Amino acid sequence: MISPPLIYAILMLAIPIGAIVLFSFWTQNFMDVDTTFTLNNYREIIEKPIYFALLQRSLFVSGTVTFVTVILAFPVAYFVSFHVPAHRKSLWLFLITIPFWTSYLIRVFLWKVILGYNGVVNTGLINVGLIDEPLTFILYNVNAVIITLAHAFAPFAILPIFVALEKIDRSLLEASEDLGESKLSTFFRVTLPLSMPGLVAAVLIVFIPTIGDYVTPELMGGAGGKLIANMIQTQFLALNNAPLGAALAIVAMLCVAAISLLFVFLNRRWLRGRS
Amino acid sequence: MTALISLTGVNKYYGDYHALRDINLTINEGEFFSLLGPSGCGKTTLLRTIAGFEGVSEGVVVIGGKDMQGVPANMRPTNMVFQSYAIFPHLTVAENVAFGLRKKKDMDKAAKDLAVDEALTMVGLKGFGDRQAHALSGGQRQRVALARALILKPKVLLLDEPLSALDKKMREQMQVELMRLQRHVGITFILVTHDQEEALVMSDRIAVMFEGEIGQLADPETLYRRPNGRRVAEFIGKMNFLKANVTNVGDTIDVNVDGLGPCTIAAEQAPSGINLGEAAVGIRPETLAILFDGQTTDRETIAGTVDEVVYYGDMTYYDVRIDGVAETLNIAMKNLIGRPVLDVGAQTTVVWDARSLVLLP
Repeated sequence: MISPPLIYAILMLAIPIGAIVLFSFWTQNFMDVDTTFTLNNYREIIEKPIYFALLQRSLFVSGTVTFVTVILAFPVAYFVSFHVPAHRKSLWLFLITIPFWTSYLIRVFLWKVILGYNGVVNTGLINVGLIDEPLTFILYNVNAVIITLAHAFAPFAILPIFVALEKIDRSLLEASEDLGESKLSTFFRVTLPLSMPGLVAAVLIVFIPTIGDYVTPELMGGAGGKLIANMIQTQFLALNNAPLGAALAIVAMLCVAAISLLFVFLNRRWLRGRS
Repeated sequence: MTALISLTGVNKYYGDYHALRDINLTINEGEFFSLLGPSGCGKTTLLRTIAGFEGVSEGVVVIGGKDMQGVPANMRPTNMVFQSYAIFPHLTVAENVAFGLRKKKDMDKAAKDLAVDEALTMVGLKGFGDRQAHALSGGQRQRVALARALILKPKVLLLDEPLSALDKKMREQMQVELMRLQRHVGITFILVTHDQEEALVMSDRIAVMFEGEIGQLADPETLYRRPNGRRVAEFIGKMNFLKANVTNVGDTIDVNVDGLGPCTIAAEQAPSGINLGEAAVGIRPETLAILFDGQTTDRETIAGTVDEVVYYGDMTYYDVRIDGVAETLNIAMKNLIGRPVLDVGAQTTVVWDARSLVLLP
């Protein structure tokens, strides 16, 4: 008997991925698709430097976004877990989700208003007298993509870190102090190692979706801020080359999978000591 | 005996809640001291003020001659065994035990390893160093917690209900081990417990606490035989209470006890400053006896009717009703050879002795 979850998994996961894999071994002829097996798409990806450069930039952007997001999320999660009274914690978590009340597209456009040539940041800085001309490195480039994505994914990073911090038995922190450690060294010897599963989860949750993000670089990235997802979209739609787009998608997926597995492995190592 | 810890006029408030009420206490060097009381009586709060996890609202805490005002927990000469043991789950047993050694700059790696081995051997966990903390049983965690605290050679070891998470057999075994360990290392142990039996078994002295204040501070025998008030008497062991009337106070005290009649007791059987008039008399169940068929006694006797029988194997507890008293008397009898277990409703003779009475205000 095939159970409903299995049918669901096959329909929703296996078939689409299988289709992409199949496509990546085919070739596009003007109107139809040549279904003879070929590795030409992959050969092209390896030979043309543009794809490698795009992939590299994508990895750099999502790596930076992940780093910035997790670093900024940790103090927030720490504050809510350790300093907010227990009965207010759910309110705080609720407040953290407020950005989700508006559509992502609107939030991206708001960042354009903030970061633009005549935007909030530039007018503000000019009025204060700190700069004479508007800053241009904050919109339509990689920096803008990083800022927007880091803001968008902050709650996704805060929540798993918060959960991990909540799970830490507070008597462990007292035990550390009792054994002679200051509050700061207790943080590094006890709190941080024990929050590692949450940190790893946050890294994965931010890293995996951002590497395939397409909307943000499209709207914020300008000419120099396009990422691998934009190229995949171009191949599928504008250039009508689904097989090459599929091969690019597979390559990007393999990169994500490799990095994710590394983190899962790290997490295992940290989790080993948990009961 | 020299005083190691002294608390003078210690008060602790949480908002309007008065958690510790004017605590005055001296704990000696090398003493096994217990803080005993029902939950919420402030015993753990008191322990935490000594450890430095809680400040005091008023009063002075002195440890080893130094005022502990403003001294944080990590700078105090105390170490603690937590109720949950607080074993670091991300470290091995040896790393847990060595946790506090990082600050010991005068020890090199080899000396630290040796100290860890010694500490583990002392608590009976030799060879467990490489185990992961999560792979330990409750009793083993407790031993790790002890080794981790004792390796730092504190002046005082604080134990916060360390045995409450263990099963009965294990608890009894650890009681004996803790006493042996305390004699071995010779440092002051302060134990917080709600288990009166545990406190009686292990302690040199016990402070019984109620609602933030110390009800009585004495050695176990005095506490059991001469409780200074009804709540101490009720909390420690079983006690029968009878209404009484004090008729004369002199070198000895004359009391008229409901159901038992007039008798004379020694002055030390009553709290100081007892007045004429109404009072209560406490009698432990094991100091009363049932006179079985054919036995005689030269002590006082009174007729009674068995109201309830609770058979424990080694002991039988009888509730016996006597004339003129509303409550039944609880009597503990050892099930010696040839002694029958009486049935409910049996007519019997109760034996009592004025020397076992304690007069309560």
